[in-house]
Amino acid sequence: MTPITNTIKDFILKEFLPGENPDELTETTPLISGGILDSLATLKLVAFLEEQFKITVEAHEADVEHLNTLSDIAKFVQSKR
Amino acid sequence: MAAGPLFSTLDDSAARHPDKIAVEEAASADPALAAITFRDLASLSERARDSLRRLGVRPGDRVGLYMRKSIDGVAAIFGILKAGAAYVPVDPGAPPARNAFILNDCSVRTALVERRFEERFRNELEALGPIPSLIILDDVGGGRGLRAALDREDGRDRAPAEPSSGPSPDDLAYILYTSGSTGKPKGVMLSHRNAMSFVDWCSEVFAVTAADRCSSHAPFHFDLSVLDIYLSLKHGATLVLIGEEVGKEPMRLAQIIAERHLSVWYSAPSILSFLTQYGNLDRHDLSALRLVLFAGEVFPVKLLRALQQVLPAPRYFNLYGPTETNVCTYYEIPGRVPDDRTDPYPIGTACSHLRTKVFEPDGAAVPVGQEGELCVTGAGVMQGYWNLPEQTARAFLRDPDGTRWYRTGDIVVEAPDGNYIFMGRRDRMVKRRGYRVELGEIESSLYRHPAIREAAVIALPDAEGGVRIKAFLSCREGKRPSLIELKGFCAANLPAYMIPDLFAFDDALPKTSTDKIDYQRLKELP
Repeated sequence: MTPITNTIKDFILKEFLPGENPDELTETTPLISGGILDSLATLKLVAFLEEQFKITVEAHEADVEHLNTLSDIAKFVQSKR
Repeated sequence: MAAGPLFSTLDDSAARHPDKIAVEEAASADPALAAITFRDLASLSERARDSLRRLGVRPGDRVGLYMRKSIDGVAAIFGILKAGAAYVPVDPGAPPARNAFILNDCSVRTALVERRFEERFRNELEALGPIPSLIILDDVGGGRGLRAALDREDGRDRAPAEPSSGPSPDDLAYILYTSGSTGKPKGVMLSHRNAMSFVDWCSEVFAVTAADRCSSHAPFHFDLSVLDIYLSLKHGATLVLIGEEVGKEPMRLAQIIAERHLSVWYSAPSILSFLTQYGNLDRHDLSALRLVLFAGEVFPVKLLRALQQVLPAPRYFNLYGPTETNVCTYYEIPGRVPDDRTDPYPIGTACSHLRTKVFEPDGAAVPVGQEGELCVTGAGVMQGYWNLPEQTARAFLRDPDGTRWYRTGDIVVEAPDGNYIFMGRRDRMVKRRGYRVELGEIESSLYRHPAIREAAVIALPDAEGGVRIKAFLSCREGKRPSLIELKGFCAANLPAYMIPDLFAFDDALPKTSTDKIDYQRLKELP
């Protein structure tokens, strides 16, 4: 897992899955469609990504198309840098 | 009856303003394809009516609606009403199993289903028994999906056009399913009189005109949609449909409110909070907005204040009422929220088409200033729950002079100024993003997981005046599921707003002296 992916994984575990075994959260675990991130959580994630990686996320990018797995999110962050 | 059957809201406006735009789809890529005039909407609804009749739909039947919000959906609704049937809208975002339960429960004669939902839905329906024939729409948008589906149904020749059925006031117009404490959703039966008496009250208070542009934010299975659709069409206003995905994106929502020059907004308070906190409202010109209506749950005062700071011009109304009565009390926020106010605003006074009264548990009337259960009587009160005679009977009480009152289950107190203050729920139901959530229904769902032995769900207040749902679980020997697996399991069986925020595990859950789960103790745990 790349450093970017790890940073994102740590944030999600801490904020939205307290107490979960980290090994359960893989690069392909569905986050939005799997009920782990609801709409408010997704907004919090976007705020974190913007702050942490100094990127800007457009309104239409804050959704299941772009952010459903750790792998998707890392790819998205890379594309913005 | 007030002004005629529910579909007269469309037909009367089609006669007066045939070329005016009745409905727009806000998120459509191509604006030219995403609007429909009153005349075209009326005529598409008549085609739907005729095809439905040819398929065997008769007055009194139920017809399901399982598609994303669209002009096609609005036309289908009116087609169903004109065939004398009641529409049963289901949540396109809910698990197909739940939707199959609902449409099977009320024995729909047929359902209009969008292709993307068809396969999983059919599988679930087939598991419940013989399925009715379905009308499949390949897509929705602009009414084209419905038109194409009707073309396919009609084949070589169009279904003959017969005048719309004339329902009597107590005939059903729609059935809205809402969370049930036994684990299964229950169908609230609403008649033409229920709907029209409510819409006429709205006309009185909100004075909608043909110059208005009204939001449709709520999905069609949520009773806020009754105000959106029928009030807007009745007055020749333009209804702007905001789809399910966009409806949860505050930045896009703010853009739509501005670009579409919306003058009337109606939603649950949580959406308004989202807009205030994340919508960058100050970047947009929202000067067309004259009315902000909110319903479904308490609007935390500090968030209402923050919204008003960015949006001072509109009139703000707090609307209250369960699905069983639609809105039954209302309160206009008097001017600006003072900086030091912390108490939530009242739910107000009864709408003019209804009467309200506060009762003790034993059915005695309560004196002003004392708490009791809010009960409602009048033209807006439901016909009952579909096929649940006992639950229906329990939902009403008769007072000494024979009047039948609907029991809301909400505890209120009447303030000296005549406004009701909301105190809390009588039972185990909470509001999440404006939706009704029976904590028992979440428990039933959790019990279906093979590893779970006991499940108890409670609601805890959060810092913003809303609720967090916490599930306490005890599991079978050595089989504790991961949080991720549990959330996924819940996502497959429950709508998003019912998935617990927190899970806690223990070997066994605390019990009371009568061996029932001790909810009080669970609430007190750190």
